Amino acid sequence: MVKLVIGIVRAEKANDVLEALYRADVKGLSISRVEGHGGELDRVETYRGTTVKMELTEKVRFEVAVSEAFVKPTIDALCEGARTGEVGDGKIFVVPLDQVIRIRTGETDDTAVTPEGER
Amino acid sequence: MNVLAAVHEPVNAGDTAWMLVATALVLMMTPALGLFYAGLVRAKNTLNTFMMCVGALGVVTVTWALVGYSLAFDKGSWFVGGLNYALLRGVTFQPRAGTAIPQLLFMVFEAGFCIITAALVSGAVVERMRFGTFLIFMTLWSVLVYPVLAHWVWGGGWLQEHGTLDFAGGVPVEMASGFSAFAAATVVGVRKDYGRQAVLPHNAIYVLLGAGLLWFGWFGFNGGSGYSTGHPGVLAFTNTLLAPACTLVVWFVLDLLRDRRVTAIGAATAIIVGCVGITPAAGYVSPISAMLLGALAALPSYAFIVWRPRTRLDETLDVLAAHGLAGVTGILFIGFFAQLSWNGVANGVLFGNPAQLGWQALAALAAPLYAFVGTFAILRVLGLVMPLRATEREEALGMDVVQHGEQAYMAGEGAILVTPDVGSEVPLAIARP
Repeated sequence: MVKLVIGIVRAEKANDVLEALYRADVKGLSISRVEGHGGELDRVETYRGTTVKMELTEKVRFEVAVSEAFVKPTIDALCEGARTGEVGDGKIFVVPLDQVIRIRTGETDDTAVTPEGER
Repeated sequence: MNVLAAVHEPVNAGDTAWMLVATALVLMMTPALGLFYAGLVRAKNTLNTFMMCVGALGVVTVTWALVGYSLAFDKGSWFVGGLNYALLRGVTFQPRAGTAIPQLLFMVFEAGFCIITAALVSGAVVERMRFGTFLIFMTLWSVLVYPVLAHWVWGGGWLQEHGTLDFAGGVPVEMASGFSAFAAATVVGVRKDYGRQAVLPHNAIYVLLGAGLLWFGWFGFNGGSGYSTGHPGVLAFTNTLLAPACTLVVWFVLDLLRDRRVTAIGAATAIIVGCVGITPAAGYVSPISAMLLGALAALPSYAFIVWRPRTRLDETLDVLAAHGLAGVTGILFIGFFAQLSWNGVANGVLFGNPAQLGWQALAALAAPLYAFVGTFAILRVLGLVMPLRATEREEALGMDVVQHGEQAYMAGEGAILVTPDVGSEVPLAIARP
């Protein structure tokens, strides 16, 4: 069964997460920059006469599709890399995937999420 | 004495007109440097980096007017000027001795030099040093370090007395900023990500535009340092085009040899290195010598920029390489290539005057030493009474949000207006813990 592990983390911790995933041998992933709000204290910014509360904070979203055996290591790496202990460290969502297809070869599911050379 | 007569006699209208323009050109170099530096840092530190230069425009202008100018350009001792011009007393429309421009204009022209030199030092400590602490550092540095070195070569200090030549600031600007940056990087320490993550320039266009504007301003910086429209100014102006162009070409070749590609940020750096190299020599060497100087200046700076990131010296924007080393190159070059027939002052070794090289070499030892020790001491003392740098967490968040409460690149979403009820006495709920 293939799972999609989605981790939404602090933008400034993205490099640490990448490092942790690399050490855990998790190789295929996508990231995107997103804006989100996770209950952290509001940041106040002032531009000339305009004072605003920044409700949304820049986050980085990791998407990692992995086989069952890799779910735990991926979660551990996300936690290890992204944790600061303060509100706003982010969330991890794990969802089942109906189907995974590697476009180049047409391979599916577990085979499709296993990097070349590790089968 | 009839004040009006004294004003009209020796002040030259042409010189004054040029120096008014040159002064504005020099002042523009500091925001240009801000742009150059801002492009070299990560997006989250853009404003903070630029603001360190803007900070210099404020703080250093004030110290310059209060005491800096006097310490640099009043007679004083062999080491530092006196306080006769403190608070700009006596700095009027009367010409500055040795020039045909009002001393008031001379003072404001020289102010731009002190401002940009202080701003240059920020390149060593960006992305981590606290903004307030840096302002205090610049306040002290612009009183204790810059004026002393400026006095040595321009204000009647010991180097000038012995004949050291420094046309537009190899000693007080280039070597001073470079070796002060070296000291500052040593005291403040490495960024938390240095050597662990790739920390890359976030906007190469800013870097190129900043370098272009700096070069433009440098025509006033060097071209104005003859304080006149006479031969030295014209020669310096010309050499300010010739030397950096040669540095650029040599830099292209070095880039090609190293990686088979010519880089944009390398080119921007080359422009700075060339301008720095010619700065001390601008009014003293022939145009062809200036071209040789430009070419030579590329070598030590290029080598150092390639080597430095492999060390634990996080001198972040390579002020030591671009200004310190290129400044040394320019100062020493005068010792060889100064040409009486062009400058009307002195010859170098190649034209039969080996003593000149000795005085140039002494400047190349004394100025870096004073700048390093002075900066090191100021920062060490400051570090005893206040934190020099932001916390690791703040450094990760970025100095723009932490130090200034602003961002350079706003998405525009997620900002909720904090509107005071008009007429309400209730304070804004802004600093909620």
